[in-house]
Amino acid sequence: MTSSDRLADATTGTDTTAEGSDTRYAEHRETTEGRVYTVSGGDWDDVLSDASHDERMVINMGPQHPSTHGVLRLVLEMEGETVTQLRSVIGYLHTGIEKNCEYRTWTQGVTFVTRMDYLAPLSNEMGYCLAVEKLLDIEVPKRAQLLRILLLELNRIGSHLVYIATGGMELGATTAMTLGFREREEVLHLLEHLTGLRMNHAFIRPGGLAQDMPEDFHEAVTSFCKVMDERLPLYDKLFTGQPIWRNRLKGVGYLPVDACLALGVTGPVLRSAGLPWDLRKVEPYSSYEEFEFDIPTSTDADCWARYLIRVEEMHQSLKIVRQVLKRLEPGPVMVEDKKVAWPAQLSVSSDGMGNSLEHVRKIMGQSMESLIHHFKLVTEGFHVPPGQVYAPVESPRGELGFHLVSDGGTRPLRVHVREPSFVNLQSMPAMSEGGLVADVIAAVASIDPVMGGVDR
Amino acid sequence: MSENDERHAENPEPGAGQSSAERAEGGLEPTSAEPARPAEPVVAGRQRKGMFGVSGTGDTSGYGGLRLPAYSVPPAERPYGGWFDEFADEFYAALADNGIPAESVQQVTVDRGEITFYVDRDHLVAICRTLRDDAGLRFELCSSVSGVDYGVDVPQRLHSVYHLTSMTYRRRIRLEVTLDCDNPDDPPHVPSIVEVYPTADWQEREAYDMFGIVYDGHPALTRILMPDDWDGFPQRKDYPLGGIPVEYKGAEIPPPDTRRSYS
Repeated sequence: MTSSDRLADATTGTDTTAEGSDTRYAEHRETTEGRVYTVSGGDWDDVLSDASHDERMVINMGPQHPSTHGVLRLVLEMEGETVTQLRSVIGYLHTGIEKNCEYRTWTQGVTFVTRMDYLAPLSNEMGYCLAVEKLLDIEVPKRAQLLRILLLELNRIGSHLVYIATGGMELGATTAMTLGFREREEVLHLLEHLTGLRMNHAFIRPGGLAQDMPEDFHEAVTSFCKVMDERLPLYDKLFTGQPIWRNRLKGVGYLPVDACLALGVTGPVLRSAGLPWDLRKVEPYSSYEEFEFDIPTSTDADCWARYLIRVEEMHQSLKIVRQVLKRLEPGPVMVEDKKVAWPAQLSVSSDGMGNSLEHVRKIMGQSMESLIHHFKLVTEGFHVPPGQVYAPVESPRGELGFHLVSDGGTRPLRVHVREPSFVNLQSMPAMSEGGLVADVIAAVASIDPVMGGVDR
Repeated sequence: MSENDERHAENPEPGAGQSSAERAEGGLEPTSAEPARPAEPVVAGRQRKGMFGVSGTGDTSGYGGLRLPAYSVPPAERPYGGWFDEFADEFYAALADNGIPAESVQQVTVDRGEITFYVDRDHLVAICRTLRDDAGLRFELCSSVSGVDYGVDVPQRLHSVYHLTSMTYRRRIRLEVTLDCDNPDDPPHVPSIVEVYPTADWQEREAYDMFGIVYDGHPALTRILMPDDWDGFPQRKDYPLGGIPVEYKGAEIPPPDTRRSYS
């Protein structure tokens, strides 16, 4: 061992090797004023690194990583396996949806916003449409309100199933993934039957719905409920009692209620901390106040509580879906105002979808004004009186708010989305600093962020 | 009426014209719980011309001479209705308790069942802290912070908008700060509310990223959605959408913002 390897020992005189003992004292010479030592040091950094044995590591997790729930980059500073600092880096999926909406009509905006949080497209549409309707000061017909609730709750079930699927996969439970996606397929299949599309439906429109439900929707939804009745308890059987799952989630990602409020965290994470804050109950929209359902809460404030809450919310959603089926009455699904509602009389034609031939015949042959009106409404859109509104809805991830500003034109002046995933992701450092790196994964999964919504 | 006369009407001197000596109705009663009237109305929109938002040959409607004035937000008069009055009383009392002048609220607007307070940016943080901590207000949650750009020629074109939620009283209010941004070398400044509402951290970064609003006192005001070395602020109205002509199968498709528009 050379003296430069153990510079700290050499300089402090604690080097006991044969070589070191020679250099125990610095070079010296005798002068008239006494002995003068010439002390020459090494690199101070060598001394420091030798002395402190630093094992600090900075690790980039993501943006392409199977356990980060999408294109999320986590910069971890670690001391061994303990995370000392965590910073999230986002923006990899930024598509400029807010800006794009300013260049499209109010109705076309639905097509954009549905692509933000792609696991809960109907919540996005709902929030946007509620805001536009508030700006227009219109109320949609009862049937449309109830059908919206039906779709939202089906969507919530689908979204929570993906939480279990991806969250389970990230923690190594591949059975959770196969099961979760199998059940979600049922949801998507049903939504495709009801709205025409599996995802990105653009089905909830300002003023109501794009069209009424298919003839056999009652039976389709009922049989779906039956299937889910059988399969939802499966999750309890497979995961709730499972020791590995429990050990990975219990006491992990702790975030108490004051931290939630300071960081603006809403949704299941806030409810897991004990505050029963669900906008469907506290600020009911679209006739939610007429339905009977519970808001599951917990005081554990950990990933385990969030898992249990999401499972219970699926049961509650199913309960709401059943109540909607009982309450539904025939009626219009779009407002009467012909200045807002598209005049389309959709029916299935040879290409699977389209205007009914009778309607085309009428507007082409008999009513030039109808044709003009139809054309104007579709190309130009409707005018919205100037002003601004904020409309929040409870998406599966928390408070999804739309701040819309109109200047009186046919296009929005500003569409700002308060995305729950975006806001909730800020709590990552609070949840995972000081814990193990494996628990970071569990914490991300428990927030359940959707990067399409975070980055918009 | 010129601006000077307007001010005069607000604060008439005793015995002078428009003073109480000349007016039939009372108008000089002390109005403690009233916001100061804005010096200028808050403009929230741009002037519009013609039918298609384009000049030159693009507008074939024959309405090229049509001119629509800019929309300005009307200040609300008492009573505001609903819980707004009770809340406003509580709010102004709390402001007075904390030594914040009532003039820091420049305008109150009640529109579509929502109440908006246009506040002076110098007192923004103190107002937010009062709203959060006062027992009669309790706005625990800052739901959203967003920037709005009302257009190039609009006075005070940039707005920084805060949506606050009181979970205790189940109320929502909106605070708004209006900002000038004429000089590109002198970006608009607003004090950051991160110290009161930590959740504003990323949302202020987003507003900075998209609108170039500088939040003074923010712990790390950097771009969040756009790349770090990005030029310009994408959601400002003078920043083009896309801005790059796209070629598709040999045909040039102009950027969306240069196509004909109908508003």
